[in-house]
Amino acid sequence: MAAVGRRARKRRKKSLPGGENTKAIGVFLLSLVVLLGFWEIGASSGWFAKGMPTASLTLKELWWWLTNPFFNNGPNDLGIGWNLLISLRRVAIGYISASVIAVPLGILIGISPIASKAFNPYIQLLRPVSPLAWLPIGLYVFRDSEQTGIFIIMISSIWPTLVNTCFGVANVSKEYLDVAKTLGTSKLRTITHIIVPAALPNIVSGLRISMGIAWLVIVAAEMLLGTGLGYFIWNEWNNLYIPNILVTIIVIGLVGIVLDQVFAYIERIVSFGRKSA
Amino acid sequence: MSLSLDQDRPVPSSKAGDQPSGEVSLRHVSKVFPGRTGWLDKMTGRSSKDFLAIDDINIDIEHNTFVSIIGPSGCGKSTLLNIIAGLSYASSGSVTMDGQPIEGPGPDRGMVFQNYALMPWMTVVDNILFAVQTVFPKMPLAQQELIVQEHIQLVGLEGAERKHPHELSGGMRQRVGIARALAIDPQILLMDEPFGALDALTRGFLQEEIERIWERKRKTAIMITHSIDEALLLSDKIILMTRGPAARIDEVLEVPFERPRSRDSVEAHPAYRELKHEMEQHLYRETRAVEASRLG
Repeated sequence: MAAVGRRARKRRKKSLPGGENTKAIGVFLLSLVVLLGFWEIGASSGWFAKGMPTASLTLKELWWWLTNPFFNNGPNDLGIGWNLLISLRRVAIGYISASVIAVPLGILIGISPIASKAFNPYIQLLRPVSPLAWLPIGLYVFRDSEQTGIFIIMISSIWPTLVNTCFGVANVSKEYLDVAKTLGTSKLRTITHIIVPAALPNIVSGLRISMGIAWLVIVAAEMLLGTGLGYFIWNEWNNLYIPNILVTIIVIGLVGIVLDQVFAYIERIVSFGRKSA
Repeated sequence: MSLSLDQDRPVPSSKAGDQPSGEVSLRHVSKVFPGRTGWLDKMTGRSSKDFLAIDDINIDIEHNTFVSIIGPSGCGKSTLLNIIAGLSYASSGSVTMDGQPIEGPGPDRGMVFQNYALMPWMTVVDNILFAVQTVFPKMPLAQQELIVQEHIQLVGLEGAERKHPHELSGGMRQRVGIARALAIDPQILLMDEPFGALDALTRGFLQEEIERIWERKRKTAIMITHSIDEALLLSDKIILMTRGPAARIDEVLEVPFERPRSRDSVEAHPAYRELKHEMEQHLYRETRAVEASRLG
């Protein structure tokens, strides 16, 4: 059914040569122009808060920061490229260690219905906790802001992957398991060849949600660290230079889109015609 | 252990038609699905009675015969097949294959599933190769691949080897399912409504394919079906089951048509109309009783 849907979508794309998409892009560009125009006029006529930068000034700053990403005049005057790399590095360390724990643990818990039920309360209790609530705990335990930042990324991005992996593994189609049983497949081979690949779409969408959360949390976490995009925002707040804060917000958003699309692409690869959750 | 035994088993070949394959015998087999009778269920008022699905079934399936089981919906046909497959257990009675009691699933029985049950992340080749490698783990890869290729040819899927299931039609997917079941060289082939999810044309076409393949392999086969024509085209024996609960065997029909068969030759046979009429009567009667009991 999913295959049919995809074929139908392909056909629609072909029969309307960009019809829908052209219109959508047109509306997007139009709304962008209206928005920027409103911003520009509003800011220069003082409709908004005092000192609100104009759109043109913000775009000029954006252009400057994007064309000079890598300069280094000490920790408080660092190119946005360096800050981005620093943030990405922290996210990578925290996120990868979270995934390395969450995926195998999720598989172990998901395989056993008893473990699923027994450990579910912990997961449900800890999952909704705001990442920032962990901050004092991290600082107390590690006594180091760098490690605390990474710890917060890890602790907040572990849950979606863990929950999704558990769910995927616990809900592998009974048919696949029956096939494995009738062939006399060993338990280990069933896990590696049937259960994990069958749960992969769920695992990857868990990883995607976790990535989004890690990228959300890093900015907040970095406000107490000395470097990174979050600190950059904090620093510009102390300088009271709003255009650069807006520039950073745009950069954070753009990087978030890229990260999300990478996982969207992986989701498509592992779905094989199945509808991903 | 069983692994070393598996290795000694003969490699399937297309000329395996004359070697005897499995015999299945069911004696006084019943299956009860236990109801909720625990104290927790009683306290919450969710207790239910035990459900007797099939009651005192006796079947002898001789080697190299094709047997169909037909009956109204919910009569426990699938339960019966799952018991033979080892995916479910009989509550009482004995189930033996070649004299050995069946104590669980195993590769001596190849299963074809109604919804194909192909792994969507594996190509056609990988789906079959997974089965072959699971059952013959110590066989050299070249030989494993040869078996896979042979069975892809047998079911007529040349050219689709590298495709994934979602790129295939329902009929082609079930061909993969059949190839996978046969590739492990089972003693007996179990098919649970193998064409149930297919449209009428594909279904008719695939039935004739099964007849052609079966002529070459002549493995003992047990098929569950809803279709009278399908049963008549393929079977040596047709087991008619009564409605559930407590479904029993109503009658066993011998199908005298000579092989190889085609749809035309079967329909031209003098016994065809009488057999078909008898089955229609049976199914009509049972299905009406099922509906009546649901209304009442």
